[in-house]
Amino acid sequence: MTKTRIDARFAALKAEGRAAFVAYVMAGDPDYATGLEILKGLPGAGADLIEVGFPFSDPMAEGPPIQRAALRALNKGMTLSKTLQMIAAFRQVDQTTPIVLMGYANPLINRGFETFARDAAAAGADGLIVVDIPPEEADPLADALDAEQLSLLLLSTPTSDDARLKIILKRTSGFAYYVSVAGVTGVKEADAATVAPHVERVRAAGGLPVCVGFGIKTPERAAAVARVADGVVVGSALVDEVAEALAVNESVTARVLSKVNSLAKAVRSARVESLTV
Amino acid sequence: MNAPSPAPNDYSAYPDAQGRFGDYGGRYVPETLMPLVHELDAAYRAAKADPAFQAELSSFLTHYVGRPSPLYFAERLTQHYGGAKIYLKREELNHTGSHKINNCMGQILLARRMGKTRIIAETGAGQHGVASATVCARFGLPCVVYMGAVDVERQKPNVFRMNLLGAQVEAVTSGSATLKDAMNEALRDWVTNVHDTYYMIGTAAGMHPYPEMVRDFQSVIGQEVREQMMAAEGRLPDAVVACVGGGSNAIGIFHPFLNDEGVRLYGVEAAGEGMDSGRHAAAINGGRPGVLHGNMTYLLQDPEGQITEAHSISAGLDYPGIGPEHSWLHDVGRATYLTATDQDSLEAFTLLAQLEGILPAIESAHALARLPEVVKDVGKDGIVVLNLSGRGDKDVATVAAHLGRTI
Repeated sequence: MTKTRIDARFAALKAEGRAAFVAYVMAGDPDYATGLEILKGLPGAGADLIEVGFPFSDPMAEGPPIQRAALRALNKGMTLSKTLQMIAAFRQVDQTTPIVLMGYANPLINRGFETFARDAAAAGADGLIVVDIPPEEADPLADALDAEQLSLLLLSTPTSDDARLKIILKRTSGFAYYVSVAGVTGVKEADAATVAPHVERVRAAGGLPVCVGFGIKTPERAAAVARVADGVVVGSALVDEVAEALAVNESVTARVLSKVNSLAKAVRSARVESLTV
Repeated sequence: MNAPSPAPNDYSAYPDAQGRFGDYGGRYVPETLMPLVHELDAAYRAAKADPAFQAELSSFLTHYVGRPSPLYFAERLTQHYGGAKIYLKREELNHTGSHKINNCMGQILLARRMGKTRIIAETGAGQHGVASATVCARFGLPCVVYMGAVDVERQKPNVFRMNLLGAQVEAVTSGSATLKDAMNEALRDWVTNVHDTYYMIGTAAGMHPYPEMVRDFQSVIGQEVREQMMAAEGRLPDAVVACVGGGSNAIGIFHPFLNDEGVRLYGVEAAGEGMDSGRHAAAINGGRPGVLHGNMTYLLQDPEGQITEAHSISAGLDYPGIGPEHSWLHDVGRATYLTATDQDSLEAFTLLAQLEGILPAIESAHALARLPEVVKDVGKDGIVVLNLSGRGDKDVATVAAHLGRTI
């Protein structure tokens, strides 16, 4: 069932001739109630797919913005169980927007892969990205997710050669995620011209839609990447809005959704503009 | 009486090609690092098999590090406990004052061989940081050492030593601002600087091949003990004792004895303020298996799988995990893992100073603290070897503060 939600969304976007805007939020950031409100508002603000981060104490591939988001969520008692609970609540109001969970191995190992897969499918999640599980360690997790028709999305990176891409994409379904910079999230900026040939490589290796993430912060950059990829992921720039809103005591939800709106608009109009240029 | 085993047994066959010691170990790293991990593995295997590499390493260990380190019969300590003969393996006499230099010398030669031009390292007590800064100075490579801000504060002399050696010390304020956070930050640096940077991990943990490679470089300790003990007593010891944080000094002295079933192996974890207090750093005695920093191993974690903070008077043992080979040796019952509290270790620190005229590192004092039990286990005619992994000069201020004295 769930794999079709991602496939259906990319089929619809292909028919529209545009790239997907994928919004990353940290579950429970800054707290459960606000996090759920943001989640429910994302599709209306223009998110075509949603990545929901589940917080981990030691996020080794994250830059300061997502490290801080995880800490805010953990300090408010966020857990993997509550993340799934939040997705179930979202599914009561939205049955079509795909949700991909993203995080680190230990909370999943702690729960047990089979139990996690059953619970995630029941909650209405569609896929999973685990930053610290490369293809070499992926088999037990991939088997557990397969049993529940959930997609595993193994990351492709600038250091993955063609031989590795084949291995990565063999165990990936839904869409391919290309990490556009060698580095942590939210620090280096991705360059569309550099990214383009890699997107082609990833597309050729797996035949899946390719979304690009890490290092995309502005509408301009998002639009540029949307011209060469099938989807654009923005995370750190969104969680930074949470921090900013808290700092100046503004509505967190309004601020995050406004940023989503401007990024989504840029992605939606990217290819139209490029035709008229 | 123990005779050396004539043939190797299964213990020496680990890890497997996937870097597994039973269920433990592995390579849980982001994809960006995975090709680098394979490159390192291939380079290490080639170096290990290359007699020229081994000869170069051996020469530096002799002339620069000062090996072999003595195996010293601690006569007054033996009399004090009134039982088995106690020998100390004097790793604190190495250049830079601890066993850490053995591994750094091996890894810097490997990094050079791989053409890497920048070295990064993490450090807790600062012993590995000092050893890393030392070999980087010796070979003219820039060195960045990540160190938790809490540790920077409690190990100021070592921070200054690193600076004198030309290393840049980065104080890490994220998380608990101790060793695990320093390791997170070093990994973030590595994933960002994939082309020129070599990550010099200081303990026998992390992603494969580090646990195996660090163990191999530290095994010189146990190999020397075998030879020295045969020369001194004509037989192998009955027990070997070492403190365990990540566990590099312990695995280094244990490994050459794994096949000798008659040699009991004791690791001593840091019990901090006591196992019941919840404020400790004993991953095996107080944790359960999980994944952190690239390997599956025993970890301190909460019921949701979040890593919890370790607590120990010893910055070098203040880590919520342990090397994967120790997790496996515990599960299969080949080694026994005991604990010692901050208070036990302080008493052992003072005792060794007064009986033998040796200030041990507060890390090594954890092993000393369990000597009464080990001595009793092996009986009056037994022989015990304790790995005195580091010198205690760096800990004088900490010890004074705990004794309520000002210096």
